[in-house]
Amino acid sequence: MENLKLLVTSSPHIRDDDSVQKIMYSVIIALIPASLMGVYYFGFHAFLVIAASILGAIVTEGLFQKLRNKPITVSDGSAVITGLLLALNLPPGFPLWMAVVGSAVAIGLGKQVFGGLGYNPFNPALIGRAFLIASFPGAMTTWISPVDGITTATPLGLLKLQGITTDYFSLFIGRVGGCIGETSAVAILIGAAFLLYKGYIDWRIPFSYLGTVAVLMYIFGKDPVFHLLSGGLMLGAFFMATDMVTSPITKKGRWIFGIGAGIVVVVIRIWGGLPEGVSYSILLMNGLTPLLNRYTRPRIFGKVKANG
Amino acid sequence: MRKTFKGGVHPPHYKEATEHREIEKARLPQRVIIPLQQHIGAPCELIVKVGDKVKVGQKIGEGKAFVSAPVHASISGEVVSIETLPHPVGGKVLSVVIQSDGLDEVDNNIKPFGSIESLSPEELKKIIREAGIVGMGGAAFPTQVKLSPPPEKTIDTVIINGAECEPYLTADHRVMLERTEDVVFGIKVVMRAVGVSSVYIGIEDNKPDAIKKLEEAVSGEENIKVIPLRAKYPQGGEKQLIYAITGREVPSGGLPMEVGVIVQNVGTVTAIARAVKTGMPLIERVVTVTGSGVKKPRNLLARIGTPFKDLIEECGGFNGTPGKVIMGGPMMGIAQTSLEVPVIKGTSGILVLTKEEAKQYEPGPCIKCARCVDICPINLLPTRISHFSQMGMWDEAEEYNALDCIECGSCSYICPSKIPLVQRIRIAKGEILARKRKK
Ligand code: SF4
Ligand code: SF4
Repeated sequence: MENLKLLVTSSPHIRDDDSVQKIMYSVIIALIPASLMGVYYFGFHAFLVIAASILGAIVTEGLFQKLRNKPITVSDGSAVITGLLLALNLPPGFPLWMAVVGSAVAIGLGKQVFGGLGYNPFNPALIGRAFLIASFPGAMTTWISPVDGITTATPLGLLKLQGITTDYFSLFIGRVGGCIGETSAVAILIGAAFLLYKGYIDWRIPFSYLGTVAVLMYIFGKDPVFHLLSGGLMLGAFFMATDMVTSPITKKGRWIFGIGAGIVVVVIRIWGGLPEGVSYSILLMNGLTPLLNRYTRPRIFGKVKANG
Repeated sequence: MRKTFKGGVHPPHYKEATEHREIEKARLPQRVIIPLQQHIGAPCELIVKVGDKVKVGQKIGEGKAFVSAPVHASISGEVVSIETLPHPVGGKVLSVVIQSDGLDEVDNNIKPFGSIESLSPEELKKIIREAGIVGMGGAAFPTQVKLSPPPEKTIDTVIINGAECEPYLTADHRVMLERTEDVVFGIKVVMRAVGVSSVYIGIEDNKPDAIKKLEEAVSGEENIKVIPLRAKYPQGGEKQLIYAITGREVPSGGLPMEVGVIVQNVGTVTAIARAVKTGMPLIERVVTVTGSGVKKPRNLLARIGTPFKDLIEECGGFNGTPGKVIMGGPMMGIAQTSLEVPVIKGTSGILVLTKEEAKQYEPGPCIKCARCVDICPINLLPTRISHFSQMGMWDEAEEYNALDCIECGSCSYICPSKIPLVQRIRIAKGEILARKRKK
């Protein structure tokens, strides 16, 4: 029994078998229904946009890490998520090279300059999207109809600019104009249910976010169901506002995050110049996240509340 | 619904190997190593010298300070050396080495004390102190000190900790099954010593047989109740246990007595029972020797001072190449560098992990998934404290209540990025305390 080489590390000596990679790949799986619906409604080009965006994200991440002599971690799946999410937030007929530029910016400016996974304050996909809207406003607002393939407007645009409403069923299944992955509420909900079941997203953010939009829209005399189902709200609420890295770590913080984002969406949609508002609402709340974390710390077990 | 606390994790139980194995007496060791410090508090003063003949139960180290506990010879034989030797909790401690004479002769002074009723609370406490009894769940705080709260504190409840929430360990489980009478007897001693009428025995619901056995044993006792608890780690943590059973929150930085509660481990009350019934001090305890790294996992009744090596050999030796040997359970146990270290009063288990199981984890970046936050039983933000610790931001770590961490390790266990959170928090705690002392 002598001369044993025993490993001496500090406790605990066992670990849960979940890993960052498992979480990331689960998110990718959860996005598959929305991606498939996008390709089904908008055709092969939508698939190419997705592929180009993912590729752009992976290559950029790898290049950045290589240039900085850091370990290449593209296999953790986080870059794939950024590329995929960006693509799902792009119009179906989007030029492929622009998609690549967008995902490169998302990874480069949105994530790697801050030090990579875990350190970025803003959702990288939304940074990429904001960049594309600023650079290519025309291409970013050219929509095609899933019914006849000709250019159209999104339900929110139709309502805002021409006062035309869209029926709930079309909105629910996603047979309307819009970004590749945002139109089909049902596909998004299937993916979201999987993540909720796995415990990889917290229900508080989507619930408070969607709930705030519905309640406020109702108060202001708008159709809450229409607003929940149209635009990027569903995709944003379940897949982008819930991004772990850029949303609060406290439960109270998550409530405030969701409510705040909901208010911003309503303000933009009702009074703003844009028909949408989801991206900005999330980016804004991302910016407030460090503050929320700081001021919503839970009560420590065994500590009496101040004044009480 | 079963009682429990907020937060916590569900590591696999890994108890199958030994939970149905009866407690077996370990072979009498050839040699025992008895460290003069096996408890929290002041070390003992030596009262034997090399060459002395000692008998089983004879006191060899005297605890003079209030927070201290004497140590006794666990075998009969000769003191062959007194030197600083490796201690399973870390570092080296002055220890008495006794070579067995094989006779296992009991000290003449050891005799039963009589019935509980014939002894006053003060006498009972003295017996407990003289028997060197300390918390046997691992913390090893001198029991008699716990039983002597300052007069201004009123204790109305005693909780017996039979949760045994650490994976792999089954010593307490077996004690509850096989020494039920001693458990109940020990409880009665504690009740009389502290003058408390309300006792709860908390047991995790993954031990239904122990729950049943104890329920039967106390069915005639109005004041003793068995409380089944949800199997969840760290259910056996003092603060979590008290909260689950009484709904009281031990104040931050405070002791259970501040909410009127005293917690005793089932192993401890059995040792108390033995001491009163037979007069024999704490010289042996049940140790679960387990893990896929040993051939025949068992629950062994081992003499204090038995080298780990002996017990592992008695369990058929190593199964393949061992990777890690841990004293205690996998969540809070201490990894050992040597197998020469002895069983001490707080040794609930010896866990041997194989090479494959003893992984070294490469921490990744924090993805802010907040799992550590969600499961922290104290409601801390482990990821933030760990970050402050790494950056040397001790003030911030203190502001985020690092000192309240009970070091249960749940955060490190759950982190998908394998960040050694509790280790970093421990470092922060050390720094904060060191700076406090300087001020
Ligand atoms: S569990 Fe790990 S990765 Fe998740 S927030 Fe805590 S430290 Fe970060
Ligand atoms: S921070 Fe401390 S108390 Fe909280 S889970 Fe980690 S080790 Fe346990």
